[in-house]
Amino acid sequence: MSDQTTSGRVLAADGTPLKTSLARALRRQKLRALALIAPLLLFVLITFIAPIADMLFRSVENQIVVETLPQTVSALADWDPESGDTPGEDVYRALAADLKIAAKAKTHTRLGTRLNYELTGASSLFRKSGRQVKKMDLEGDASIKDAFIKIDKDWGKPDIWRTIQTYSPRYTNGYFLNAVDMQKGPDGPEARPENQQIYLMLFGRTLFMSLMITGSCILLGYPVAWILANLPARSANMLMILVLLPFWTSLLVRTSAWKVMLQQQGVINDVLVWLGLVGDDARLVMINNQFGTIVAMTHILLPFMILPMYSVMQTIQPTYLRAAKSLGATNWTAFWRVYFPQSVPGIGAGSILVFILSIGYYITPEIVGGNTGTFISNRIAYHISSSLNWGLAAALGAILLAVVLLLYYAYDKIVGIDNVKLGG
Amino acid sequence: MADTQSPGAFVEFERVQKSYDGENLVVKDLNLIMPKGEFLTMLGPSGSGKTTCLMMLAGFETATHGDIRLDGVSINNIPPHKRGIGMVFQNYALFPHMTVAENLSFPLEVRKIGKSEREQKVKRVLDMVQMGEFGGRRPAQLSGGQQQRIALARALVFEAELVLMDEPLGALDKQLREHMQFEIKRIADNLGITVVYVTHDQTEALTMSDRVAVFDDGRIQQLAPPDKLYEAPENSFVAQFIGENNTLEGVVKEIKGDTALVRLDDGELIDCKPVNVTQPGERTRVSIRPERVEYNKSRLHADAHTLKAEVLEFIYMGDIFRTRLRVAGNEDFIIKTRNAPDQVRLQPGTQIEIGWLPEDCRALDA
Ligand SMILES: Nc1ncnc2c1ncn2[C@@H]1O[C@H](COP(=O)(O)OP(=O)(O)O)[C@@H](O)[C@H]1O
Ligand SMILES: [Mg+2]
Repeated sequence: MSDQTTSGRVLAADGTPLKTSLARALRRQKLRALALIAPLLLFVLITFIAPIADMLFRSVENQIVVETLPQTVSALADWDPESGDTPGEDVYRALAADLKIAAKAKTHTRLGTRLNYELTGASSLFRKSGRQVKKMDLEGDASIKDAFIKIDKDWGKPDIWRTIQTYSPRYTNGYFLNAVDMQKGPDGPEARPENQQIYLMLFGRTLFMSLMITGSCILLGYPVAWILANLPARSANMLMILVLLPFWTSLLVRTSAWKVMLQQQGVINDVLVWLGLVGDDARLVMINNQFGTIVAMTHILLPFMILPMYSVMQTIQPTYLRAAKSLGATNWTAFWRVYFPQSVPGIGAGSILVFILSIGYYITPEIVGGNTGTFISNRIAYHISSSLNWGLAAALGAILLAVVLLLYYAYDKIVGIDNVKLGG
Repeated sequence: MADTQSPGAFVEFERVQKSYDGENLVVKDLNLIMPKGEFLTMLGPSGSGKTTCLMMLAGFETATHGDIRLDGVSINNIPPHKRGIGMVFQNYALFPHMTVAENLSFPLEVRKIGKSEREQKVKRVLDMVQMGEFGGRRPAQLSGGQQQRIALARALVFEAELVLMDEPLGALDKQLREHMQFEIKRIADNLGITVVYVTHDQTEALTMSDRVAVFDDGRIQQLAPPDKLYEAPENSFVAQFIGENNTLEGVVKEIKGDTALVRLDDGELIDCKPVNVTQPGERTRVSIRPERVEYNKSRLHADAHTLKAEVLEFIYMGDIFRTRLRVAGNEDFIIKTRNAPDQVRLQPGTQIEIGWLPEDCRALDA
């Protein structure tokens, strides 16, 4: 039906270029495909992508200072924080004017909360000042500066002014600095005092424990997947149900069950004491620490390791092992040199799944983690729901996301994502 | 058990039986003696137990009863990896995560052979199967025929004296298959190895083998060189299974020396060679090869027996003519004639007389 013209372009029967013809023919198909996924796309966009984008935006957003104290911020622009002095009378006047408006709109407490993240005491300072600034007379000659210092002597120190000036831009990297245990100092970013450093340690712990969980899942899951793949279909289905059984129980129930099992007066300790393996006064501490979290999460995430492994192992024909043995390999060599390398894609897929799931896990570490077994996600949840420092929560979340993407990238470089198989 | 060893035997099955489920015997009383250097083919329909026999020899299945000996030593209790038997699998079973060269050096590595010697042997065997340039490729990057060669090379590289092949050419197209048949035979002859070859393709069996064991129902029905198998089948299964065959059914009337008089079911009497009929009154199937039937009177033996036949169909096949006849009530009686200048093309509807030599007409079991 096609014809070669002199220019070398292929034409369809009606003389239009074949490429155009083909594109036209495929367009309908594409439109239909798009229409089919459109509801899901919209749903995901509205309920998932947009909130996440908004959340991530909060990690750098800092409009509140300049919006609540516009005059103060511009008056403070010339002030040199290095001087060690408080700013001049005009700045205090601007602050009073701003605060009067803010107090009426009741936005001063929010600003106080925001600045309190950076300077402890700012919250109460603003609440107190907002209440009293209403009575302040800006027309008279009396020093507004003195009036502020009378409200709270903190106004007479440069610290609060330095904080306001530092956080006056509309965007800030302060949350991110905070999330990696740093803060804005006079000379740029600097480390926080030792006793305030917590997040890097938490990130490290999260990564370490996720690795431990992934490792234990590989060790426990591999033999199970192997048996599943090599059993006759009927017994394999039976075993598969057992593997999937945990999915049918609530996550909370499973985690609480571990609490019952592992606590000091729990089943395992009782049995150990009964067997005489540990003394009654030396019961093992297996819960509210890293050990408990690793045990419980390994149990919960194990199916995510077994399933991809199983689907890869199913495709490895038993003749490979026979071939290896006929070539003179012992059972172990045949397994290690022939079977295992072919099952690596399954391990890879399972590991990615388990690792990424566990790095952001929240409920289980919250319940059984105690102080030493909590994850970064628990801290994020704390900032979202208790301290209400959403900016910091967003920064921590963004870093977590970046770490996962980075690890994924590294994995792709080292192992190759093509080597990951979730099925057939 | 060396005392019961037959002289010259390399591979020996003695009264071997195999059952998978404890109810049915898949292999029933297998006895087989192979001398060194023989190319023996196990031929039979699917499910006749060929693979099972091969797997017992390789050590992947254990015989339920009986003894398998290799070079006089009973191997029933030797694990597969110590038997030193090369094996080519139907789907090749080349290790997909290794290159061709790694696949080939695998059996040498597990035998702790040094690197330089390994490389040398791999190169030699690659050249032997004419795949010298492909050492660095992955199996998936090779065509079916090339994978087949590598699988063969891998079974040969560690110098096994016995090589087993389970339908190794099953996945290849016809032309490649014929080429590889020749190739495998050549290599096996050059190396002087003993080969047990499994196939369900009779042409393959006939062209390659020194001897063919025809399997059916877990038994060897006949074990003979290809020509004997074709020309002198010992029972009606073999006659039917190997090549094209015409059968006429009847009852033995009398047996005199090496001729049997058979009354066909439509009443005609013919002379046959008695093969496994022993006394008058027995039912028999008479087997005649299509190319041994003659209808040209001038070429018929004077004392040849003739039967009336009606031509039903004439098929022109190029080198030969294939004519379907109705003979003694059998409407599927085929004759094959060479396409020669003086050959008559029989028209459907023609009444002719056909005949054959009594020794080409074998009276077999019913
Ligand atoms: N592992 C097995 N378990 C149970 N039955 C089997 C097994 N392997 C083969 N069989 C049965 O044994 C019979 C012979 O099989 P097989 O040796 O593979 O025949 P062939 O290779 O001649 O086609 C078949 O009926 C098959 O169903
Ligand atoms: Mg078979």
